[in-house]
Amino acid sequence: MKAFAALYTELDSATSTQRKLAALGRYFAQAAPANAAWATYFLAGGKPRQSVKSSALRFAAAEAAAIPEWLFEECYDAVGDMAETIALLLPDASETSDIPLAECITTLILPLRLLPLEAQMAGLRTAWSRLDSASRFVFNKLITGSFRVGVSRLLVTQALAKLSEVDANIIAQRMMGYLASNAQPTADDYLKLTASHNAHEPDAQPFPFFLAQSLQSPPENSLGEATEWLVEWKWDGMRGQLVKRGGSAQLWSRGDELISERFPELMEMAAALPDGCVLDGEVIGWDSQSDAPLPFAKLQTRMARKKVGAKLMADVPIVFIAYDLLEYQGVDIRSETMATRRALLVGLVDAVNEPRLKLSAAIQVTSWAQLAEVRREARERGAEGLMLKRLDSAYGVGRTKRQTRGEWWKWKLDPMSVDAVLIYAQRGHGRRASLYTDYSFAVWDDNNPDSDERKLVPFAKAYSGLTDAEIREVDAFVRRNTLEKFGPVRTVKPELVMEIGFEGIQVSKRHKSGVAVRFPRILRVRNDKPMEEADTLESLKALAGVG
Amino acid sequence: MPNDRPAPLIELKAAGLYCAAGDFYVDPWKPVDRAVITHAHSDHSRWGNKHYLASRQSEGVMRSRLGDISLQTLDYSERLRIGEATVSLHPAGHVLGSAQVRIEVDGQVCVLSGDYKVQPDPTCAAFEVVPCHTFVTESTFGLPIYRWREESALMAEINAWWAMNAEAGRVSVIYAYAFGKAQRLLAGLNPSIGPIVCHGAVETLNDAYRACGVALPETRMVTDVTDKSALRRAMVIAPPSTQGSRWLNRFGEYSDAFASGWMQIRGARRRRALDRGFVLSDHADWPGLLSAIESTGASQVYVTHGYVEPLVRWLNEHGIDGRSFKTEFGDENDEAADGELAPSSAAGDPDGAPVAADDVIGKVVSGDSIDDSTEERGA
Ligand SMILES: [Zn+2]
Ligand SMILES: [Zn+2]
Repeated sequence: MKAFAALYTELDSATSTQRKLAALGRYFAQAAPANAAWATYFLAGGKPRQSVKSSALRFAAAEAAAIPEWLFEECYDAVGDMAETIALLLPDASETSDIPLAECITTLILPLRLLPLEAQMAGLRTAWSRLDSASRFVFNKLITGSFRVGVSRLLVTQALAKLSEVDANIIAQRMMGYLASNAQPTADDYLKLTASHNAHEPDAQPFPFFLAQSLQSPPENSLGEATEWLVEWKWDGMRGQLVKRGGSAQLWSRGDELISERFPELMEMAAALPDGCVLDGEVIGWDSQSDAPLPFAKLQTRMARKKVGAKLMADVPIVFIAYDLLEYQGVDIRSETMATRRALLVGLVDAVNEPRLKLSAAIQVTSWAQLAEVRREARERGAEGLMLKRLDSAYGVGRTKRQTRGEWWKWKLDPMSVDAVLIYAQRGHGRRASLYTDYSFAVWDDNNPDSDERKLVPFAKAYSGLTDAEIREVDAFVRRNTLEKFGPVRTVKPELVMEIGFEGIQVSKRHKSGVAVRFPRILRVRNDKPMEEADTLESLKALAGVG
Repeated sequence: MPNDRPAPLIELKAAGLYCAAGDFYVDPWKPVDRAVITHAHSDHSRWGNKHYLASRQSEGVMRSRLGDISLQTLDYSERLRIGEATVSLHPAGHVLGSAQVRIEVDGQVCVLSGDYKVQPDPTCAAFEVVPCHTFVTESTFGLPIYRWREESALMAEINAWWAMNAEAGRVSVIYAYAFGKAQRLLAGLNPSIGPIVCHGAVETLNDAYRACGVALPETRMVTDVTDKSALRRAMVIAPPSTQGSRWLNRFGEYSDAFASGWMQIRGARRRRALDRGFVLSDHADWPGLLSAIESTGASQVYVTHGYVEPLVRWLNEHGIDGRSFKTEFGDENDEAADGELAPSSAAGDPDGAPVAADDVIGKVVSGDSIDDSTEERGA
């Protein structure tokens, strides 16, 4: 437990991905497989069912610290983190021992869930008395189920890949099912996870996604003739790659995360796909009666669950709108032109003939003026805008490679928008005076000349755009994640991502970020986005036409 | 019948905490005629008062901050009669020259703590328990989550971090308030690890400490360093305002840390984006506050700046008449006000020594200083 607590501390204070990766590597290199199994589970985001109610935890902690409950609450208010508050309040343990992580979880934490309250409290006291203060903090984190330390499942995967010299995507594939809430990973599970690759294991690796750039001025200014372009609706769903090889299929998100388990109906559909094919497309909730997409929030309810029940699947039916074909009959065809790939894709979707596999419609126009008319229908159709793809272009890599720059464009209805991280919240006015309704947002600054560490730079305040229900949700988040209070303002633990739209943007010397936005408003809460994926200052500056 | 009751020894007025019996203020936040000063931190010792009274050890720092002021000094425990009140100063253990103000009128004793800590500190006189009827205490860290470790263990950790950086050829930078915290750190550093470089704002105060006989290891300013390669093993002590500033560029690769009581909280450490946070405070922690209050024997306690409400409530639940004074010391829960120097020595002119600003009010006026009452020594 001490080594794991030390790892937690190190990850918690490291801001660069490199340092985190190195720390993970050092930990896994020395950890016994049984401990590494649990470390992998928690670090990659696994959450066991909560074993002790938070009220019991508070009560036991206040009692152990010999303070009244009101004072415990004051302390919690000042610290903003339950596990840390408790660790700071408990009296120093007289005799501590280094209990291995796996033992700590299987003997001190998991059994608590089935015990009566009194026995739970006794169990907590015993555990606390045996752990040193750093271990107690992590122990409390494991118990409260709020174990988050700024590493993603992807990063853990990469660390294990480096250590075991197995490809990261293979590890990710093997990790399917590893993080279930009732899983109890063993040394054996861990060894399987990191065993060297054997030839029979199917290879379900996706290709790097090709990303579009935002179009900031009308297309006639820079894109030549409208007829040189494939035009499609830009759907408000989640980008995904469906990989079918060796008889089995996997669905990958843009974050290189395997999301197959969350969308069983798409896996069912994929059974009908021919072997050796990779589709690029949009995972989206679809109302078959109106033949239109469901609101993005509905899709979020699906993404929030690792395992989905029948009711949720019926409430939010999912389809895959295919818009590109990257591998066909086992051959990588990314260097073929868009026109060629599109023709093959049309034939494939047609042949598969599955309602859950839709072809992204091509919008036929002969002029940009005509397209501008069509674009106005986007909102009505539940689309975010248009996608423009040059018909003679190959499928590129990433967003910024020079040779592929300018071949995929997104022409959004709301071109001015970024995903930003909530960092401050302030109480509202009038009927919302008791709620935190005014927010400040930050984006990542990757250009720190002194180090490779990125930091968040505040760039805008916004206080409109959310529904009452959403405001209440954000308000609860703010209260749970307060780091500090200054009068009506709270500093919030950076975590929650929201999409911020604005009317204009310009360079500004007066603002710390170097840019000033006009009329910022909240477009939506992005619970699906980890804060590492929020936008960068660079992309903001690009919107402002600099950098 | 309020008129029959003795006037309180200390009361809250617009300009600060006021003693009617002696017609003086303690640490006033607005200019007054007579100000008794607990210590030279800028939120307790402000500009513009006509006459100042402070401990003898405070003199150097106060003059360097406030310039040419009318200042009378007292040795610790030395008694001074001001009007109807007998006033004496007693060590508060906070920073060099910090004092608790003891006021006695007709056998009633009130002690104002100013800022204090009960942990030992090699750079200033140890906190003295002064028995009293009424105690006015600060509460900067007045929650039980604040419990300080033994200083020697912490200093060992700091020295180990420095040695590790030095081995890696990386400069160590600790941000610390220039007055008090910086010197306490210095006193605990192990100079055999490498050279110690101080920012100009810190060095000015080092001089004041040395002038009062406080032993500090050898320090130098960046401008004194001719052989840049010697810097690779250096420990740099600089005010918090230098974090992220150009002043640090000259050191090349460095690891940084902040020394403050606030570093106890993970969120505060993370928000500052530092490599390390060392929990080192010049204020009393929760057990320190409680033990100090208890040992004064006071039946009435006024709580000032910090976590006022929780401490007042705790005292009342434990049989002590706890109340609060809404003062303007510090910013609530913000140690930043502590130890900030006058604007003249701010980061803009990092290596320059503080110079007295032109707009200091208060000149020595003979025969009209604070000591024109009878003096009473000893006891
Ligand atoms: Zn102070
Ligand atoms: Zn103070």
